[in-house]
Amino acid sequence: MEVTSTGPALAISKLTFGEGVLYAILGMLVVFFALVLIMAIIKILIKVTDKKKAEPALAAEAPVEVPAEPVKRDDPAPGSAGDIKLYTTDPKDAAMIMAIVADALGKPLNELRFKSIREIKE
Amino acid sequence: MANIIDTLGRLGQTSGFFGLFSDWRQIVMIVIACILLYLGLVKKFEPLLLVGIAFGMLLTNLPFGNMYNPELWDLYIANGTNVAALSPELQAFIAEHGFVFADGIVNLTFTELIHAGGLLDIMYIGVKIGLYPSLIFMGVGAMTDFGPLLANPKSLLLGAAAQLGIFVAFLLAIVIGFPANVAASIGIIGGADGPTAIWLTSKLAPDYLAPIAIAAYSYMALIPMIQPPVMKALTTKEMRETKMEQLRPVSKTQKVLFPIIVTIFTCLLLPSVAPLLGCLMLGNLFKESGVTDRLSDTAQNALMNIVTIFLATSVGATARYDRFLNFQTLAIIVLGLLAFEFATCGGLLLGRIMYRVTGGKINPLIGSAGVSAVPMAARVSQKVGQEANPSNFLLMHAMGPNVAGVIGSAVAAGFLLAVFGG
Repeated sequence: MEVTSTGPALAISKLTFGEGVLYAILGMLVVFFALVLIMAIIKILIKVTDKKKAEPALAAEAPVEVPAEPVKRDDPAPGSAGDIKLYTTDPKDAAMIMAIVADALGKPLNELRFKSIREIKE
Repeated sequence: MANIIDTLGRLGQTSGFFGLFSDWRQIVMIVIACILLYLGLVKKFEPLLLVGIAFGMLLTNLPFGNMYNPELWDLYIANGTNVAALSPELQAFIAEHGFVFADGIVNLTFTELIHAGGLLDIMYIGVKIGLYPSLIFMGVGAMTDFGPLLANPKSLLLGAAAQLGIFVAFLLAIVIGFPANVAASIGIIGGADGPTAIWLTSKLAPDYLAPIAIAAYSYMALIPMIQPPVMKALTTKEMRETKMEQLRPVSKTQKVLFPIIVTIFTCLLLPSVAPLLGCLMLGNLFKESGVTDRLSDTAQNALMNIVTIFLATSVGATARYDRFLNFQTLAIIVLGLLAFEFATCGGLLLGRIMYRVTGGKINPLIGSAGVSAVPMAARVSQKVGQEANPSNFLLMHAMGPNVAGVIGSAVAAGFLLAVFGG
């Protein structure tokens, strides 16, 4: 198929298949290089900011030598607590309602138990 | 009496109904515009964009409206060229509009263009100079949460792999016989990112803007149908059932520093990507800084809506019957579909590799979200993952590759512009 652009002033060049393959490989390499660079930047950013956050905490703890005490960790609660029954309620709406309730109570969603959600139609 | 008949005759000849039958392709385009309106209004296929595009298409194909004149833009692109070297159609257009160029060299300014052009020509200036896509990106940035990406930086690899579709479609377009600049514009459909596709095509191949924009937005709307078969074909049930660990928390400092640092490094690496990525990151900084809430709100609502109206209508206007109805448009539609499929394959294949390397900790389905199309592609990963394992929640994990895909397609567009921009 012969294709030409009607735009008169654009530099129109035809590439051979081999040239096209080279440009495609080069393009993928550039994309990977750019995103790997961003990945490296993010990793450095995380290390630097996490380290800064940890430093004041360590400084505060340093003067007092407290015998080793089991550290209380906020392990995430198991995924869900029981099943929820939905009556004439869309799962998406139910998810939104549960998120709003959790936010209003200031509790993580997985520490709350919802038994049922029912839409009341007037 | 004779005068009245003469007047009525002239009125009839200047009527659009008379002009409508001068070329059957106008009627076909009006029908296509109505079908697209139906898809947008009734079937809800990306209605915010498709309705504007379809209506612009309708307006431009109604005879004697003169709302959009592609010849004017051909002349603008031809600035610096000798008039004698132009096509006979363009020379006739110059004579008809009484343009006089010093020394026979085309020198059409925006002022002359606004005087001679129609309403949609004026709107189209924002597309031509790359303003609308960049402003849309600012709104997208203000709406995007890069938290999942910061929580799992490896997601960026999946976003990069999913750009495979761009370069495979580019190669296929070269094989079919498209010139390099047009092939690059067709390839960018695989980035599954409307503003990026419009931005690159308006610079490399403006004549192909309408079919490329329509293909990009249509396939984005069809992602829930396009992706699942490929996702199921390239993964095993065991892979799809994989549950991923909870993402680590991301601090506010990290979220604020991210757009600044990424802009500096990426724009230094590839300056041609600065308009798109710069606006994306500026919008995100408005959102994350916490001190520019009003600007963030404007970028993601008022500004975004206004620009969407201008962008969609003026892009639709470029679909004039004499430039849209041809074999090339059909080829672009087919290549666009292949671009989406190969993009999905690219993300999934790297996802499979990461699944093996991490000992089954990464669900390969999140790779398909690397095609951009935020957040539709991530939702598809979630849906297919949950079909395999009802207790699977992949949405937030898929948002990482999803937003990485936006950056990846912008970088790919910057590369293509740098190479084929002339």
